Amino acid sequence: MALSREQIAQRVAQELQDGFYVNLGIGIPTLVANYVPEGMEVMLQSENGLLGMGQFPTEEEIDADLINAGKQTVTMATGASIFDSAESFAMIRGGHVDLTVLGAFEVDVNGNIASYMIPGKLIKGMGGAMDLVAGADNIIVTMTHASKHGVSKLLNNCSLPLTGKGCIKKVLTDLAFIEIKEGKFHLLERAPGVSVEEIIKLTEGELIVAGDIPEMIF
Amino acid sequence: MAGFDKVVSSYEEAMAGLTDNMTVIAGGFGLCGIPENLIAEIKRKGTKGLTVVSNNCGVDDFGLGILLPNRQIKKIIASYVGENAEFERQMMAGELDVELTPQGTLAEKMRAGGAGIPAFYTATGVGTPVAEGKDEREFNGRDYILEESIVGDFAIVKAWKADRYGNLVFRKTARNFNPMAATAGKITVVEVEEIVEPGELDPDQIHTAGIYVDRLILGNFEKRIEQRTTRPSTTQGEK
Repeated sequence: MALSREQIAQRVAQELQDGFYVNLGIGIPTLVANYVPEGMEVMLQSENGLLGMGQFPTEEEIDADLINAGKQTVTMATGASIFDSAESFAMIRGGHVDLTVLGAFEVDVNGNIASYMIPGKLIKGMGGAMDLVAGADNIIVTMTHASKHGVSKLLNNCSLPLTGKGCIKKVLTDLAFIEIKEGKFHLLERAPGVSVEEIIKLTEGELIVAGDIPEMIF
Repeated sequence: MAGFDKVVSSYEEAMAGLTDNMTVIAGGFGLCGIPENLIAEIKRKGTKGLTVVSNNCGVDDFGLGILLPNRQIKKIIASYVGENAEFERQMMAGELDVELTPQGTLAEKMRAGGAGIPAFYTATGVGTPVAEGKDEREFNGRDYILEESIVGDFAIVKAWKADRYGNLVFRKTARNFNPMAATAGKITVVEVEEIVEPGELDPDQIHTAGIYVDRLILGNFEKRIEQRTTRPSTTQGEK
């Protein structure tokens, strides 16, 4: 069975480490915050200028001056700090964020990522995504492995305009956990009940399958 | 105004000198921390052909979006746009020039502009459409592109509190692009929720020094919320 959005988030959360500063993109990455393991401390960075993002506010706590990068009202966690946008991106570009999780339309065997624009459709912009992929060393891309029509999104070459070049090393799809190195995809884990053959069929770029591939454990 | 006193008494006075085809840098992220009344004054003045530099472009009836129906904006330099129908229409019809700029690059363009640095190298955007036509150079084995800084004829800024000398304090994430915008205007206009006397703000707690501020005005703010997300007040919520 392909993973649900929640299961993808849950699997990403297993990559968190105590004391990590983490930037979560909009969509599935945001859900990762719900699965921080018990007893572990992570601090969420929101690129509009907040380190230590808390949960959503109650109706009484709503503050128009306190939002996240998705423009949602939020609260501050204990030990939070506030800074301006240049400072926020100094953290990101300077490589100070321990883990970045973001979505994508396509990735390829060379670690390229396309996530912000589909030519001919409305182009809303890259926001902070280009800075995040260029600045972070530890990035996990979350995405569906293939389109509804079975067209792979793990490619030899991205077909859409790039968000970043050669910067992606880990991809978690609804079918598999994949590492990118030396110009190839490497299958690390598969979703429970999903066969290696199925993953190979839906992966356009060269996929290395070494030995027995374990199922993800939740 | 006398000496270091930056306070003006009307929005008309605050935006005096803004003329057609100027470049305006605006603080704010989404609708948070936007200089909403200064934007409304630009609409009232009817200034046209503006190049606007801002992370976003408001919504249909609030923020920078209100400058769209009368075609007051010629070009926008932003990282994320299209949250309103009129914007989409003008962009698709080619009536509005949109220069998409990565958010960190945009912040740095303002910061560098205000600091007298004409351009800087960054890894952001290498190998993407953003790099087209830009100088590329390798440092320590990595590729970087040259990005030029931005200075505005006007910068419009929203702060929380100020003293009459224009020393500014921002509140929570309404700070965002405002401090950089404040440094990057030939004329920087700031609207605030409260003005106090010089000496009343703790110098250690001032986010932007008055040297960057030319005009200061006390405003009333709607502070519209774009995405009102809440949790039920009865649950304790997760850690």
